[in-house]
Formats: sequence, structure tokens, C-alpha cells
Amino acid sequence: MRLLPLLPAVLLAASGLAACGGDDDGSGAGAGGTGGTTLVVFAAASLTDSFGQLEQDFEASHEGVDVQLQLGGSSDLVTQVQNGADADVLATADEANMDKLSADELGAEPQVFATNTLEIATQPGNPDGIAGLADVAEGSDVDLVTCAPEVPCGAAAQGVAEAAGVALDPVSEEQSVTDVLGKVTSGQADAGLVYRTDVIAAGDEVTGVEVPEAADVVNRYPIAPLASSDQAELAAEFVALVLSDEGQQVLADAGFGAP
Amino acid sequence: MSTRPVGLPRWVVVPAALGAVFVLLPLVAVVAQVDWSSFGALITSESSRAALALSLRTSAASTAACVVVGVPMALVLARTRFPGQGVLRSLVLLPLVLPPVVGGLALLYTFGRRGLVGETFPVLGEEIAFSTLAVVMAQTFVALPFLVVSLEGALRTAGERYEVVAASLGARPTTVLLRVTLPLALPGLLSGAVLAFARSLGEFGATITFAGSREGVTRTLPLEIYLQRETDPDAAIALALVLVVVAVLVIGLAGQRRAA
Repeated sequence: MRLLPLLPAVLLAASGLAACGGDDDGSGAGAGGTGGTTLVVFAAASLTDSFGQLEQDFEASHEGVDVQLQLGGSSDLVTQVQNGADADVLATADEANMDKLSADELGAEPQVFATNTLEIATQPGNPDGIAGLADVAEGSDVDLVTCAPEVPCGAAAQGVAEAAGVALDPVSEEQSVTDVLGKVTSGQADAGLVYRTDVIAAGDEVTGVEVPEAADVVNRYPIAPLASSDQAELAAEFVALVLSDEGQQVLADAGFGAP
Repeated sequence: MSTRPVGLPRWVVVPAALGAVFVLLPLVAVVAQVDWSSFGALITSESSRAALALSLRTSAASTAACVVVGVPMALVLARTRFPGQGVLRSLVLLPLVLPPVVGGLALLYTFGRRGLVGETFPVLGEEIAFSTLAVVMAQTFVALPFLVVSLEGALRTAGERYEVVAASLGARPTTVLLRVTLPLALPGLLSGAVLAFARSLGEFGATITFAGSREGVTRTLPLEIYLQRETDPDAAIALALVLVVVAVLVIGLAGQRRAA
């Protein structure tokens, strides 16, 4: 009896964790309700702007089709697909995550449609005079933030550091590239290793410094229609749009490299 | 004098059981997912132990901070009347409804290097950035309302009768507070502290937004779980179970002591 008032505490400890992922849970698969067709596209968070543009282009050329973008971390998206999420197309930020899906979960062989490389995002105007990786490496006064090695952008950061022959000592290893950028734009950190596309999307809030060694560690973005889709034709058309000249231009404008 | 207890209508049991199943079934599902053959290795890895130790340390510190400022807050809310008190109470409870990530952003805009306080006192801003202190601050921010609500309710239920008697017998306000008010509200304080500890233990959003994530410094157990999930879902599940067990143990111990 006396323990009863304490029971909520057990649940709280467990729920605080669950609550954090609340804004990216897979609920985007609902039907549009307009009577038209809905095409659900799962895409890596770094594709937010460019796929938003392609969504509009696709809807303009396919009357009655509502494209619903479900954006999130690549591993989250793949987990959702593996657990039966109702998605038609999947685009991830790296090949490792796409490779987690078996051949019979995919509607077709994944195709690389874009590449992305790391840059150093510094405070606007680069007040610390950062010229390259050596200026943010271990022993420098710069508070550097990177992704954790467990996530694709962190693995890339490690690869770039190795290629440059320097050791990094970040003050924080973040969960996602968005978190890294957030620490730089808020001024908490002096610099962060993020993708070129993030630097462009951040506009005036950061200044990008190119890292020559980053060319050795290229992140390749694959896209594939999913086997569970009951609109294989539309899914294939969306993939075709992404790979078309029009789609490639949208991606190039966002800072992505060609496949 | 003995009275027959008023029995509950039987139908109440049905929704109560449904609610219990709704809450317990996911826990059962977690336990069912655990890969027991590698469980030991997964939870004793260096990063897991560092995360657990950090979580226990920071949660204890934030619970202490909650008690130090939360008890006076609950006293002021329960025992005084002033204009705007209702509004103030709502504001104090705000972290309960605020998404933790927003709480983290709010802390960043306040104590960050470019925040309200952090910019005025750069030394403070530098000191807090990416430190364990930032973790404790984030946890205290989200956990404080639990202690305040819990204790304020206990204070109101206890009433002021004994305090009035003590005062009329010549006890000074401080004596009344320490000898009468707080002992009477102790169960409420204890459950409030346990709630605050549990909330701190599970804290994720505000921590990752405000404090960052570095092994042994700011990467608490929930952050470690979320990170492990990227590459090793088995490890994430194993650690999640550890988190639940720790929470149950703490709550069980506190309940025992209270019953004693």
C-alpha cells in the first residue's frame, strides 16, 4: 500500500528516455484522407531541404499524389522499416544503414544518388582563424564538437582525422550532425565537424572551412524503393526523379556532390 | 468503533488491470528482447560502467539540489499567500509540460556561453559548457517540479493545526518548521525526492541539448543507450534494463525506509 505513491517514479525513469524520441516516431504513414494516393518517403534528416523541394516537384507532375516525407536519422528509419513501417521509398545518409536491409525488403537494388563530405563549421567570420584540422586537433584551445563514432558523421570524422594524421579531442561527441551544428550556432562550441550541406544550410550562422583530407572520406547516399510498397510504380518514379538531371540539380544546390 | 471498509465497485478492476497491462507489457517486451548470453559483457563494458556511474552521481547531486531549493519553494507555495501566486505556481511547474529538448535550449539561452547569464559572466559560461555541472543543471531543471508538487500536496494535506499549536506554545517559526512542519511532511518529501531522482535518472533531451555527450563527463546512461542503439541494439536493450532495475531498486529502498 505504502509503495503505491512511488510507483509513478519507476515509470518516469523509463519514460524520460522514451519521450526524447517522441518527435520523430514513425506516424507519417497514415493515409492522406483526401482520397488521393499517398507516397511515403523515408529520408535522412540531412535531405530535409532538398527532398522537400523534390516532394513539391513530384506532386506538381503527379496530380492526386501526396508525397509524405518522414525525416530522421538513417538508423532510426531503417529500424522503422524493419519493424514494418508503411514506407514506399528509403533514402539513407550512408550505405552501412541501407545494407542492414535484406534483398527481399528492398524493391530494387539501392542506387547512390549523392555524396557529402565533412567541413569545419566555425563561428561566423572564423574568429579563431581556423585553417584546417590541425587547428582544431588535440592540444589546441579550440572547443571542438564532433559526432560520436557510432553514427555515420562521427565515423567520417574519425576517418578524416586519420587521413590528416591528427588526433581529435572533442569536448562532446554528439548523437547527430544537427546536434553538432546546434552547439556551434549557439556559440557553446568554437567549431564542429559537419557536412558541407549543413554549412550551406546554416547560412550566416557559421563559416565553413574546407578540409582537403575530407575528400578521402566521402559519404555516399543510397536510395531504393521498398518491397513492402503497394505502389511500386510511383516509388520507382520518385527514385527516377532523384536520379534525374532535375533532381541532381536540386541536390547540387544544397551542397551535395555528384554520386 | 470498527467499521467495515467500503469496498470498491468491482468494475473498477477492469480499467485498472488494463492500465497495468498497458504499462507492464512494454517492460516485459524489453526483458524478452534481452540477449542474456551477452548481457553481462554488454553491461560491464567500460563505456556502460562510466555511463551508469555518471548517471548515479549526477542524479544524486540533482536530487540534493532539488531538495535544497525545492523544499523552500513548496513551503512558500503551500504556506503563504501573495498576489500572483497561482501564476507563479504554474510557471514553476512548466518544466513538467515542456519538451525536455526545449528545456535544454532554454538552459542554453540562459547559461550558455552566449546566453543571458553566460555572456554576462563569461567565466561561468566557460565553466558550465560541456561539464558534468551542466548535466546536473539539466536534471535539476526537469526534476524540480516533481519534488515541489509532491511536497506542496503533502504540506496542504498535513494542514496547519499542529503548527498553530506549537506557535501558541511559544515555538519560534524556525523551530515550528524543523520540529513540526517538515516531520509531518516527511513522507511527501521522500516520495518527492524519489520522483526527482527517477526523473533525473531518465533525463535525456535537456542533457544532450545543453550539456553534450562525452564519456565519463556528460554521457549519462540514457545518452549511452540512445547512442548504442545506432550500432548495437542488444547493448541498448541491456542498458535500458539496467536503468529500469536501478530505478526500481532506489524506489524500493526508499519505500522500505519510509515504511520502517
